[in-house]
Amino acid sequence: MLTSLSNIPSKRQILWIKVSVFILCFIPFSRLIWLGYQDNLSANPVEFIERSTGFWALFILLTTLSLTPIRLLTGRSWQIQLRRMLGLFMFFYACLHIITYAWLDFSFDWAEITKDIAKHPRILVGFAAFILTIPLAITSNNAMMKRLRNHWKQLHQLVYVIAILAVVHFWWLVKKDIREPLFYAVILVVLLGIRIYYKYLKATKSVNKVRTSQV
Amino acid sequence: MIIQTKTDIIPSEITPKSVFDNRREFIQKAGLGLIAGTASILSNPLKAATLNSGTTSEGAGKLLGRANAPAIIKATEFARHQKIMGYTKTTYGMGEKLTAYEDVTTYNNYYEFGTDKSEPVNNSKLFKPHPWTVSIEGEVKKNKSISIEDIYKLAPLEERIYRMRCVEGWSMVIPWIGFPLAQLVKWAEPNANAKYIEFISLADKQQMPGQNLQVLDWPYIEGLRMDEAMHPLTIMAVGLYGEQLPNQNGAPMRLVVPWKYGFKGAKAIVKIRFVEKMPMTSWMKAGPREYGFYANVNPQVEHPRWTQSSEKRIGAGLFAGRIKTQMFNGYNEQVGQLYAGLDLRKNF
Repeated sequence: MLTSLSNIPSKRQILWIKVSVFILCFIPFSRLIWLGYQDNLSANPVEFIERSTGFWALFILLTTLSLTPIRLLTGRSWQIQLRRMLGLFMFFYACLHIITYAWLDFSFDWAEITKDIAKHPRILVGFAAFILTIPLAITSNNAMMKRLRNHWKQLHQLVYVIAILAVVHFWWLVKKDIREPLFYAVILVVLLGIRIYYKYLKATKSVNKVRTSQV
Repeated sequence: MIIQTKTDIIPSEITPKSVFDNRREFIQKAGLGLIAGTASILSNPLKAATLNSGTTSEGAGKLLGRANAPAIIKATEFARHQKIMGYTKTTYGMGEKLTAYEDVTTYNNYYEFGTDKSEPVNNSKLFKPHPWTVSIEGEVKKNKSISIEDIYKLAPLEERIYRMRCVEGWSMVIPWIGFPLAQLVKWAEPNANAKYIEFISLADKQQMPGQNLQVLDWPYIEGLRMDEAMHPLTIMAVGLYGEQLPNQNGAPMRLVVPWKYGFKGAKAIVKIRFVEKMPMTSWMKAGPREYGFYANVNPQVEHPRWTQSSEKRIGAGLFAGRIKTQMFNGYNEQVGQLYAGLDLRKNF
């Protein structure tokens, strides 16, 4: 399997990979349903679902953000074809996360929810991240891509802001043991760092080109 | 509200231990199978690396499916689920629906055994609450120490059903067994300089693997003002649900102050020090803007992370929503006068 992935996969293989990723992305959701059905969601089931959906939204987001660094580092680019599906799964888990919060945690008590968002920076940051994912999900289809043209790329750069907000949201959740959020923060810094480094390389190259042409 | 007297739930009626242990194993295995390749590998190496692998290391345990756990459980089985004989029932908490034994003993904030609430029940299996002595020092007639056996005989044991509100916004109703702290204070014979009491928990990395991480300044320290300590609601708990305190709940002796947030309840206490100045507690050191000395349950004073005006009752079910948090956790009538004239916003 791995050796076949090192080459450019055929159309058929891509389809196969896409189906597998789709199924994989559904496992955390199925697990929650199964555990819920078994009444096995711990003593605090609402917190359990919030933590789980939040984790998977962040995990899939970081996976999505790793596709371009993989291209930059290896020159391989077929994996970019998974980006839309992964992005939408991130949105799916983010939606489950916020529905759990508004429904199971706060029973749609909007006054309490508004107060919670306004008074707690951690909730505010998470809420902002979610709001920003909405335009990205809406404009994720081909028609919107065509319509927005160059703006599409600009708009979808919001994903970097979303990722930073999501990690901060997680960081501010924990009381003292910051190991887990720190770990994701490091991954995010590495992923963004690779992009910035290649941007920098490109910039210096073009500067050099200008210089040599001047000479 | 469902009225449930103590006899409605006897400990043996709740899930049998063997079944329960299997359940945890099942969850662990099921969860492991699904997330092994991704989440575990991402988060566990960190845990495994920082927690001492000599005892029940969380990371190694999870990855190996706790292959060596059953033997450990067997070896210490004799000391667990010991019934407490001869305690009297009280009317405290009449009409409250008890939180299930299973929830009370598997959902614990006890950082000495790990920062995840599911960790203490597993990581405290090797903890030895016997023999145990508590030393009394500071502003007292003379320093002395007392064994846990003698503490049991110090005062008649009572069952007290108390609400417990965690600062994180969840709550339980727990049938503690204990005695008023005032009795222990009397026995300790503090002098006139004693204005506060400091409670110091055990510091022992061998027995408490979570202490290998400096998430808090070990040992755990909590404190009370003298009048709070002498209040009849304040108890030293040695048991719950009719049995000796399980390790993960603070064995062999812990503080219970029902009108304060749960973290005030120091567990596995080894030292009680009478002091003149307000003690600096572990959580005050860790987050001075978040955790104050008083830590009274107060729906009007917000916390930067969690909503304090409402709470989630553990065991109420997935769709139960939240309940309103009461002033002093509903003990306003009994303790309100202790804070007359005190600005509770400043003294949070």
